[in-house]
Amino acid sequence: MRIAVIDENAARAAIIEQGLAEVGERDVFIISERKGMVQAIAKIEPDVVLVDLGNPSRDMLEEYFAVSRAVAKPVAMFVDQSDEDSIAAAVDAGVSAYIVDGMSQHRLKPILDLAVRRFNAFSHLQAELQQARDALADRSIIDKAKLILVEKRNMTEPEAHKLLRSHAMNNNKRITEIAEAIVTADQLMGDVK
Amino acid sequence: MTKDLLSVGFLPLVDAALPILAQELGIAEEHGLDLRFTKDISWAAVNDRLLYGQTDVAHMLAPLTIANTLGRGRPAKAMAVPFVLGLNGNALTMSNELADEIVPDGKLAAPVDAGARLTEVISSHKKTGRRLKFGVVHRYSSHNYMLRYWLAGCGIDPDKDIDIVTISPPFAADALDNGEIDAICVGEPWNSVAVERGSGRIVLVTAQIWQRGVEKVLAMLAENLDEKRDIVERLIRALHETAARFVEPENWETNSAILARPEYLDGSVEMIRRAISDRILLSKNSETSHIPDFMFQYHEAANFPWKSQASWLYSQMLRWDDMTYSHEDQLKVEAIFRSNVYRCALDGIDTPMPSANSKIEGGIEGPLAVGTTQGQLTLSSDPFFDDRIFDPDKLPEYLTNLP
Repeated sequence: MRIAVIDENAARAAIIEQGLAEVGERDVFIISERKGMVQAIAKIEPDVVLVDLGNPSRDMLEEYFAVSRAVAKPVAMFVDQSDEDSIAAAVDAGVSAYIVDGMSQHRLKPILDLAVRRFNAFSHLQAELQQARDALADRSIIDKAKLILVEKRNMTEPEAHKLLRSHAMNNNKRITEIAEAIVTADQLMGDVK
Repeated sequence: MTKDLLSVGFLPLVDAALPILAQELGIAEEHGLDLRFTKDISWAAVNDRLLYGQTDVAHMLAPLTIANTLGRGRPAKAMAVPFVLGLNGNALTMSNELADEIVPDGKLAAPVDAGARLTEVISSHKKTGRRLKFGVVHRYSSHNYMLRYWLAGCGIDPDKDIDIVTISPPFAADALDNGEIDAICVGEPWNSVAVERGSGRIVLVTAQIWQRGVEKVLAMLAENLDEKRDIVERLIRALHETAARFVEPENWETNSAILARPEYLDGSVEMIRRAISDRILLSKNSETSHIPDFMFQYHEAANFPWKSQASWLYSQMLRWDDMTYSHEDQLKVEAIFRSNVYRCALDGIDTPMPSANSKIEGGIEGPLAVGTTQGQLTLSSDPFFDDRIFDPDKLPEYLTNLP
């Protein structure tokens, strides 16, 4: 079976490809570039096309699938109607798929399920990465606020930290919010004696 | 008061205005609704989310609801349209090179003249083997059908004499710039974006091709309409009130500013204000032109889902999509447009309500008083550019007589 994976996010496409290779699907082709996409698909002659749901080229691709004589006609959203849960899971995960008319549908299901798992895994990874970035950003804003307190109020670092924490607790706010307020206020009022 | 949550799918286009403004102006809330929006950049994504339950309703191309119901390119799913989000509002933007040949004076063309010039350009290209490429936003779009209706009516075969390709609206200006296409039929603000960038000129607007052409609709799964009937009727009332405010000039500035926000159209306030006030910049470094009925809203029951409009779109799908007419299909298509749901929702509200569900499209020559169940309703002329009329009860004959 020949599978084309179309995703402008090359990292995600690579994760899908790797997953498919693990289940023994060797004929996997990645297309990440919008330019020349149609020619690339025609060359691949895929049985299955996996596209990220939000891909900006999808309307163009559907048009191409409908009219092209260069590829066997793939139709949208795979599997038979009795398997709507599996389709809904794909939409939730952000995968859309096209299957060449006449291909047996049970052959597609494991591929689709795998793509869904991989897409979800990728989303989790991204969420974790974002959390890590946020945590770093929080860290740095708290450090800045502490520095301002140390310099302007002649405090020690532990004292500054204690003040931030108690202020956050008393006002039912996050420590980052208090730190942001201090940094903003300092930017606005920094020169006022 | 507890509010019912409703998720709404949309594409960043000016004609997504009503649901967005209903929420932002607090009108949805007054009707016990809280609208949550999901923005996409392809109709395929809007469609997937609606079909598989990620959204409850969507801003959608009217012909796409027909394609879904008839199972074109995917398993059939019955759709329902209880409210039309507006009439027209699209334009044909040509590359500067082509526009110079079609309308050298830089004005808005007359459809018949522009068609005649385009025929000359096409035949002069035949010697060199160059084929013009026109873009539309989707295979199943009113843009595609209006463009093809105009071309065919001018003696140009849209499949043999030129190529028609699909281009996503945000890429319209780029595609004109890099020569990928010679013209595109797209909604606002994307024509204006191309004009401002100097990528092309607006040559025609779809209101010139069919003065009362149905454009985006509020779409949902038929099974959900029955389940959520009460919520849907409240949504219709909210959208109706929003439309009344939408057409008032005093609200244009505020409304444009809301629509321009990053979470909605993420665009220029100025361009959006032009579209909703029917003032369009046809070419860069010129003055805006007033184009009456460029985008038609609210008045003359513009949001009423006429079954005859659905039927006209079906006739064009038959014409261009390699399908054969079936009376059963026509009934399925007309059943999508829920005239009665609209009528029930606005029952007793001070607004004129047609008593018929269908009309002869393109058949009104001057102001015509029509039968109503409440209020007085006068419809203005609604011609197609070639003065043909469409009687939904004679669809097969209509098709036979088309060029």
